[in-house]
Amino acid sequence: METAPKPGRDVPPKKDKLQTKKKKPRRYWEEETVPTAAGASPGPPPNKKNRELRPQGAKSTHILKKSRISKKPQVQKKPREWKNSESQRSLSGAQDPFPGPAPVPVEVVQKFCRIDKSRKLPQSKAKARSRLEVAEAEEEETSIKAARSELLLAEEPGFLEGEDGEDTAKICQADIVEAVDIASAAKHFDLNLRQFGPYRLNYSRTGRHLAFGGRRGHVAALDWVTKKLMCEINVMEAVRDIRFLHSEALLAVAQNRWLHIYDNQGIELHCIRRCDRVTRLEFLPFHFLLATASETGFLTYLDVSVGKIVAALNARAGRLDVMSQNPYNAVIHLGHSNGTVSLWSPAMKEPLAKILCHRGGVRAVAVDSTGTHMATSGLDHQLKVFDLRGTFQPLSTRTLPHGAGHLAFSQRGLLVAGMGDVVNIWAGQGKASPPSLEQPYLTHRLSGPVHGLQFCPFEDVLGVGHSGGITSMLVPGAAEPNFDGLESNPYRSRKQRQEWEVKALLEKVPAELICLDPRALAEVDVISLEQRKKEQIERLGYDPEAKAPFQPKPKQKGRSSTASLVKRKRKVMDEEHRDKVRQSLEQQQELQQQKEAKTKPTGAWPSALDRFVR
Amino acid sequence: MKVKMLSRNPDNYVRETKFDLQRVPRNYDPALHPFEVPREYVRALNATKLERVFAKPFLASLDGHRDGVNCLAKHPKNLATVLSGACDGEVRIWNLTQRKCIRTIQAHEGFVRGICTRFCGTSFFTVGDDKTVKQWKMDGPGYGEEEEPLHTILGKTVYTGIDHHWKEAVFATCGQQVDIWDEQRTNPICSMTWGFDSISSVKFNPIETFLLGSCASDRNIVLYDMRQATPLKKVILDMRTNTICWNPMEAFIFTAANEDYNLYTFDMRALDTPVMVHMDHVSAVLDVDYSPTGKEFVSASFDKSIRIFPIDKSRSREVYHTKRMQHVICVKWTSDSKYIMCGSDEMNIRLWKANASEKLGVLTSREKAAKDYNQKLKEKFQHHPHIKRIARHRHLPKSIYSQIQEQRIMKEARRRKEMNRIKHSKPGSVPVVSEKKKHVVAVVK
Repeated sequence: METAPKPGRDVPPKKDKLQTKKKKPRRYWEEETVPTAAGASPGPPPNKKNRELRPQGAKSTHILKKSRISKKPQVQKKPREWKNSESQRSLSGAQDPFPGPAPVPVEVVQKFCRIDKSRKLPQSKAKARSRLEVAEAEEEETSIKAARSELLLAEEPGFLEGEDGEDTAKICQADIVEAVDIASAAKHFDLNLRQFGPYRLNYSRTGRHLAFGGRRGHVAALDWVTKKLMCEINVMEAVRDIRFLHSEALLAVAQNRWLHIYDNQGIELHCIRRCDRVTRLEFLPFHFLLATASETGFLTYLDVSVGKIVAALNARAGRLDVMSQNPYNAVIHLGHSNGTVSLWSPAMKEPLAKILCHRGGVRAVAVDSTGTHMATSGLDHQLKVFDLRGTFQPLSTRTLPHGAGHLAFSQRGLLVAGMGDVVNIWAGQGKASPPSLEQPYLTHRLSGPVHGLQFCPFEDVLGVGHSGGITSMLVPGAAEPNFDGLESNPYRSRKQRQEWEVKALLEKVPAELICLDPRALAEVDVISLEQRKKEQIERLGYDPEAKAPFQPKPKQKGRSSTASLVKRKRKVMDEEHRDKVRQSLEQQQELQQQKEAKTKPTGAWPSALDRFVR
Repeated sequence: MKVKMLSRNPDNYVRETKFDLQRVPRNYDPALHPFEVPREYVRALNATKLERVFAKPFLASLDGHRDGVNCLAKHPKNLATVLSGACDGEVRIWNLTQRKCIRTIQAHEGFVRGICTRFCGTSFFTVGDDKTVKQWKMDGPGYGEEEEPLHTILGKTVYTGIDHHWKEAVFATCGQQVDIWDEQRTNPICSMTWGFDSISSVKFNPIETFLLGSCASDRNIVLYDMRQATPLKKVILDMRTNTICWNPMEAFIFTAANEDYNLYTFDMRALDTPVMVHMDHVSAVLDVDYSPTGKEFVSASFDKSIRIFPIDKSRSREVYHTKRMQHVICVKWTSDSKYIMCGSDEMNIRLWKANASEKLGVLTSREKAAKDYNQKLKEKFQHHPHIKRIARHRHLPKSIYSQIQEQRIMKEARRRKEMNRIKHSKPGSVPVVSEKKKHVVAVVK
């Protein structure tokens, strides 16, 4: 490492003494920099301009902010003041090769933007409008700052690339294990548990712990990274599903009859008899709700922080055994035997939406972490990926030879399907893009039919429970590389977990707030605003914000005759009328254009098949 | 085949020794922080509830006066010193940090009508019912000296108020007329009158220091310019104004405390409509004082409560009352904008926090950051009905509560009558008069 030459060393001592005489006493750490400015610097003497270097930098950031985000972020706009003068030089005389703040890519900034600027708000007062403008400017600034902080993220996501022409799906686990480092290779393991038959499994939210339960009553929980067993019991009853609650200390097990809750020692804490014959479990971590789907057709929400049943909804669709949660908005997706998937929230007795996905029953449902895509598979051997943002239309479809019995999404949007004893993984282009179903990313054959699937959070690992035990597969690029320490930290200590638990309980989101759009709470309530205005007009008998009709001012010197007053009034009225007509015409034209754009055939000639185009 | 697995070195995420701080890597990606809005909402709700839990504004009661406290004055240089004048002619000087009376003067016979400090803080002036203006030293007399005023001016009529110029050795008194005095002389420099009624208070403008405002019992507020010998203009309201107070940040804004239970904030340049009508009191408003920031003011009322109003809101944000506090006669906002003092009929001066739930004392940086974060959250979600209800909830004494209900009914009836009148007369013949314009009778220049 090169060190900068010690300043002041080549300065004659006499001079130095003189200078020190002049100056007031300084701290020892200041002394190093000061003589450089005075003696050793070849540049101009330290004047005011020189000292203003930092503020100027700050100014240039301000310019950047004002100009919003630059459209071509990689090409940096250089403010002119940086180019010309020598006075801008630093103390050592060298120029900063990268002046100003680092450029920020637009897409990254977009990710952090919360306010939708395209949405028009109703006509509001000047004060409210200015406040909105301030909020928007602030939001832009913070999103740029947040985007800049992305540079500090330490880890890069994993990947798997074939040589040209090589199909990654052909690469088997043994090859990957051989190629990667020891620590990663240790993450691939098989648990041979043939006795207690097909296993369901669940990773805790931090991805550190793994719980699994066999059909014949075997329940165990372990720290799978260190392979330390926490507990192992046999509940002497069929285990349908198993799920960690908010932390690894609590474990919910759906047994043959009732729902039981165990702690990490394997001690039974609760037996919840109101949830009986449960087939599937889902835990909503921010609401502290355990959603249970039962054979009796009820979807029950249990608040695990207070132990109360929040809602018991009758799905009226017979036995429920396909369930998954949308991690983006905590809506529960239930798959039914008539091919529909229904979306539920505890606040509503009826489903929020019903989507007809398959001919024949739905076998598995999975929703990705951003809440934009839902994958379903049905008895018709189809695998479909749906868009959940309002349209609920299938984006891609694929017919599988046997159909998939289990589906799961990873944090970075990889889709896994378990078909018999084969596991197929599909990957998309980027993080939020839907997985493309043409070519599988990885495949793996297991020793028995698949019974449960889950990607491990924050690790490139897929856990598969099957009739022969548990398999932990390596899937490069599956997980989010950079976790947030305050949200879910795999390396947290006991104290940190306790602290986090208290904080999480304090901000437990009420169950009534579950809806399709979780951001709806922060939006302007236009409907009730208009309603209130209507009521106010009714109450007062007039509109207090209405524009007063034009009243011409009286003029001097006999020009204020009645005729001229009426004339002026008429003129203004006509003007307003013309404005209105012009506006309505423009609106009509726009509508017309939109219609034409929609109805235009895609090909050169209209085809008979166009009638089927939606 | 090229492969890279996500493989973290635990040393980068776990502290080395137990004496280190825990490492907390952050990633601000919104995808890792789901339910951002509902969680913030819950936090805001919790913060609002905590604010109400910790709202304990009453700090101290300074007792010692043997009659109702009639006037208060702040020391311009010393935050801890407060002066008060009582109805028995006694003036007391208090130290707020010790919460003790440090000096007592029998200043006048009868009421002490007004008290004000000199801008330098070395002396103060009192006027009383005995027709005298007295100047006193701020420091007590030395050992063996007698307590005596520096100067005494004997006037012809009773003085009802006094205020000192903010920069020069000039002060103004009011009574039958507004007199402007030089400190060195025993006769006023000039006397100004407009109408023939007793003037209850006079106030110098703290920014445009030559301007004065006064209010008289013939329902008007008169503005003067000291450089001219005549008044500038006046506005006549429905009922009598008790005091006015100038905004210390905006030169032309002042607020008038009126007998009709309302406060009116006027722009001096356009007196025909008040900028804002502040209504929440249920009895006559007796005194008003601005916060040094000029964003809020506090008002004292005959209904045994004090209220804090933001200048741009017509409703108060806060009401303070105690069981023992009687009619509040005078109120002052301290110069650090943190405390409020009020003097009331039952001989006590009470000290309140200006921000009811504020934690006093030094805050650690984490406390400060949490406070700022909670404040921002409360601001963001303030319009949500559940949060609004909790933030607005105040306990009121039964008398005030029932009077509010009663006045609401009366107001509703009046409005209904007016509506009916408009409905059943020729369109346009009965104009709709806004609440702001209703109370101004006339402006005279």
